Amino acid sequence: MEASKVIHAIYTDDDVLMSAVKTVKAKKHHIEEIYTPFPVHGLDKAMGLAPTRLAITAFMYGCVGLTVAITMMNFIMIKDWPQDIGGKPSFSYLENLPAFVPIMFELTVFFAAHLMVITFYLRSRMWPFKKAENPDPRTTDDHFLMEIAIHNNESELTSLLQETGAVEINIVDKDEDAH
Amino acid sequence: MEYKISNRLRMGAIIMMVLGLIGVAYGFIDSHHWNEGNIDQYIKAENSHGSHGDTHATEAHGDEHAEAGHAVAKNDDHHGEEAHGGLTHHEEHALHQIHNRPYAALYVGAFFFFMIALGVLAFYAIQYAAQAGWSPVLFRVMEGITSYVLPGGLIVLAIAFAADSHLFVWLKEGVTEVGHENYDKLVAGKSGWLNKTGFFIRGLIFLGGWSLYRYFSRKFSIAQDNASDNKNFKKNFRISAAFLVFYIYTESMMSWDWIMSVDPHWFSTLFGWYVFASMFVSGITVIAMISIYLKSKGLLEFVNDSHIHDLAKFMFGISIFWTYLWFSQFMLIWYSNIPEEVTYFVTRIEHYKLPFFGMLAMNFIFPLLLLMNSDYKRINWFVIMAGIVILCGHYLDVFNWIMPATVVDRWFIGMPEIGAVLLFGGLFLFIVFTALGKAPLLAKQNPFTEESKHFHY
Repeated sequence: MEASKVIHAIYTDDDVLMSAVKTVKAKKHHIEEIYTPFPVHGLDKAMGLAPTRLAITAFMYGCVGLTVAITMMNFIMIKDWPQDIGGKPSFSYLENLPAFVPIMFELTVFFAAHLMVITFYLRSRMWPFKKAENPDPRTTDDHFLMEIAIHNNESELTSLLQETGAVEINIVDKDEDAH
Repeated sequence: MEYKISNRLRMGAIIMMVLGLIGVAYGFIDSHHWNEGNIDQYIKAENSHGSHGDTHATEAHGDEHAEAGHAVAKNDDHHGEEAHGGLTHHEEHALHQIHNRPYAALYVGAFFFFMIALGVLAFYAIQYAAQAGWSPVLFRVMEGITSYVLPGGLIVLAIAFAADSHLFVWLKEGVTEVGHENYDKLVAGKSGWLNKTGFFIRGLIFLGGWSLYRYFSRKFSIAQDNASDNKNFKKNFRISAAFLVFYIYTESMMSWDWIMSVDPHWFSTLFGWYVFASMFVSGITVIAMISIYLKSKGLLEFVNDSHIHDLAKFMFGISIFWTYLWFSQFMLIWYSNIPEEVTYFVTRIEHYKLPFFGMLAMNFIFPLLLLMNSDYKRINWFVIMAGIVILCGHYLDVFNWIMPATVVDRWFIGMPEIGAVLLFGGLFLFIVFTALGKAPLLAKQNPFTEESKHFHY
């Protein structure tokens, strides 16, 4: 099938890559993916990617952590084995709230941070024993790779990419089974 | 890029000052309406009020707390005894509180605006010392605001001088004299530090140091505009680093003197930091607000949304830092529940429920929820709205520092308080915007200005 053919343009500089992305986007081509050795500032915006929803998940995980902390401390310190906190035997969660705030804070941060990292890995399709999707090992060192799908426009794309300063252009058959 | 204070703004500031002056004057005249002759009527009226049905009970309670240290120290109990001129203890207290209120209201307003300017001065010095690349386009705005440090500080000291024992009970006659009816053993023990001469000498040293830094950093900053090398910038870097060392000590001592000493029996070791967080976040908020205002006039075209975004991040972050310090102070004192420490919070929670918890909501919950979203920090009007909440919250913060010690449960945000805010707010706007008009709004030869112009996140 024609659609499974992709073009790989390789760059050696992130600034050149950024201007190339802008040129390609200006010509209304869809960029499948870009592989970089390090995060390139502003690349997501230039590619026109939708903003990440990771922050929203972090907020929700934080809320879960806060709830867990409140429920847990209420059970441990008030219900199951009522504690006299700081000489104030009120046995009320609300009246002893200051004592629980550090735990509420820590668990909020703990849940938000850990679950956000796990979500990030899963969303990026990175899990243990996963075969790397990376098409070229040099993108883990000092090369940048832009992948564009070909739709009967091989020569047009090649010349466009050459103009943008690509040091190497390869046409490859994409193995769909890799996903 | 030149800015001149507009006539409308100048008029507005002057009207604010005049209205404020009327409010302040009203506060003083009104408080002197009550004197030793008619205070019993005041108490009677207060007790017959439905809403004050339980005033007497809480009052007695509050007095007990306020006096806990006294009673221990004096070893002779004045409670219920007939004191001055046939006044009961309760009447005498009420009269003192009524007379303290206009001074306290004035002091709160004056300190609040002074604190903004001083917070900005620290922020400005940090930008220089860190050689920050994002902020030089905001330097002239900061320099404008810090022009209020000297006048604002002198006003605070002048009010402290005029108010005397109306604000600082340790200035009462005979507090350190053994055998005197006002003798207070705890205060006497601290009199090596807490005495009138020391207070004002220290105050002038603090203010002198801060103003000197302000004067020279501004001078070098202006000189850099037309320089061909970076000599002035380097000088500024050096004096900023030195200033920060001086500042972190003196700010802490200032907070003991000017604020913590209104409750001379009570002390907290992180109070200086806590006050610092308050002035820092208020200062940054005002930088953001004034920058947005000038931008809306088309005067700061080199300030982009990323600069506002960064300022809003600071507003968010320092609000949480403030909460962290506030809570660290509160939790330990609440937990240990030692009588001489915990009275501080007992007074506040009993008599200042609304400002005390309201301040927490305004200084923590509001900024946390409003400014959490990244996109909202770039929406200018949104930053202004969040800023107004933060500023009101920190006004209440200052209110909670001063009022409980001076007027106890006789507080209200009425004519004297609003008058003081208008008076010093007007003066602040007048001085700051006049100073903004004295130099170009871009520090154009600062070596980081080019970087700052292109700052984006």
